Amino acid sequence: MSILVIAEHDNSSLKAETLKTVNAAQKIGGDITLLVAGYNCQNAVEAASKVNGVSKVLVCDNAAYEHQLAENVSLLVTELAADYEHILATALTTGKNFMPRVAALLDVAQISDIIDVESSDTFVRPIYAGNAIATVQSLDSKKVITVRTTGFDAVATDGNAEVVTLDIATDAGISSHVSDELTVSERPDLGAASVVISGGRGMQNGDNFKLLDGIADKLGAAIGASRAAVDAGFVPNDMQVGQTGKIVAPDLYIAVGISGAIQHLAGMKDSKVIVAINKDPEAPIFQVADYGIVTDLFDALPELESKL
Amino acid sequence: MKVLVPIKRVIDYNVKVRVKPDQSNVDLANTKMAINPFCEIAVEEAVRLKEAGTATEVIAISIGDKSCQEQLRTALALGADRAIQIETDENLDALNIAKLLKAVVEEEQPQLVILGKQSIDSDNNQTGQMLAALTGMPQGTFASVVKVEGEKVNVTREVDGGLQTVALNLPAIVTTDLRLNEPRYASLPNIMKAKRKPLAVKPATDFGLDLTARTKLLKVTPPAQRQAGIVVESIDELVEKLKNEAKVIS
Repeated sequence: MSILVIAEHDNSSLKAETLKTVNAAQKIGGDITLLVAGYNCQNAVEAASKVNGVSKVLVCDNAAYEHQLAENVSLLVTELAADYEHILATALTTGKNFMPRVAALLDVAQISDIIDVESSDTFVRPIYAGNAIATVQSLDSKKVITVRTTGFDAVATDGNAEVVTLDIATDAGISSHVSDELTVSERPDLGAASVVISGGRGMQNGDNFKLLDGIADKLGAAIGASRAAVDAGFVPNDMQVGQTGKIVAPDLYIAVGISGAIQHLAGMKDSKVIVAINKDPEAPIFQVADYGIVTDLFDALPELESKL
Repeated sequence: MKVLVPIKRVIDYNVKVRVKPDQSNVDLANTKMAINPFCEIAVEEAVRLKEAGTATEVIAISIGDKSCQEQLRTALALGADRAIQIETDENLDALNIAKLLKAVVEEEQPQLVILGKQSIDSDNNQTGQMLAALTGMPQGTFASVVKVEGEKVNVTREVDGGLQTVALNLPAIVTTDLRLNEPRYASLPNIMKAKRKPLAVKPATDFGLDLTARTKLLKVTPPAQRQAGIVVESIDELVEKLKNEAKVIS
């Protein structure tokens, strides 16, 4: 069997999540090809060629793919699809955007957000915000799959795959990129951090999120937020952890002033160790926390920072 | 311009589902149902476009059995002009839903189709993108700002790193994210008025499409439960436990 994995990258680097998607491909079993579609993406290609378990890296370096526009990328993947039984992408915003388009163009269903592989046609995925786990069999000859990376370990990066450059440019000509407004941060990515500290409505305002900075610095943590905090405008949307935001599973997750709605728990309950800091002893977050402390976060945060 | 808004009837977002003892699916008997939250945002956005004079007609559509008429009436009460129910008892895959919607798009010729980015039951996040592929339209998924400007629509999208704005040729597909708007509550007079708005029912079988299921649900199980942990009395104790018991900090 042949598997095509579409690399998640920003042209200059390969996202760590791709290493986990390749692991999912290994569990399906077969010859794995990694596709890097981008523009001036030599550095991402270089990184892709070192991913273990990959036999070949296909490169499409063209302005049409610079911003991963779904209309253009989906045409490219569809054109390459004939050689593969499985097509995998990471279930991040880029993959979620173009993959269903690929599936529909190929006239097959998509299996979204898999967290485990049972066999080459049967996959496990969460539904209802992770409150139920479905085992789903694909009846299509070609399987289009997005992978939730919290379910898989990263493969190593000491490989040496053959790099093949393709001269294909699929520009649908119906969409264009206008601008990016990306959050610049020195901290690790939410999806890749081994420690995450998140604030909720209890933080009261955006300024108070600074109270998390010192702790995050000491722990090398990423900072997240609940939907309530994002909706209230305390912090930007890319910090949201939850059912429809980022799904994280770090070694340590510290929830500060977060009550623990179903939708938030869906994004973090697979974390190894969960700490809850909340002044409401009845908050549902305590039902999933390994360590809880019932206290005012404005007392707890400075003390925690000083004692780390 | 005409705006089409496909909506889905789902479990109310406050309700926690239970898995059936025979593991065949989740148990939705006697469960409170509602319009999918992202679909509600889609209806609101379409109604705002109409209020701003950009849209001329807002059509809500749902695919399901008779019970989804309840959610269509909700959409009408929120401001949609008319509704279409495509009747089926089958629980269709997103691809088949997209095929039915494509048929309606060809009939109605909307300039904009606004959908929720995902339904909170199946959590698939597929239908809008699939409809875009089948109709050959561009897509602005996970939208937090939608601006129609002449022959184009600019969509600001919530992406992993922050925000991205794309320009799409009309007609186009938009899927909503949480920050696009805050849906209004339907007023009582509008709920009453909605009862008299037109709601057309068309059997799915009338479309002559092959709607064979492409996936098979083998089983549904409850997730692994976390053991409830302990409540510590002080920050000192918390730091000690994290260092020596959980060993997640040094």
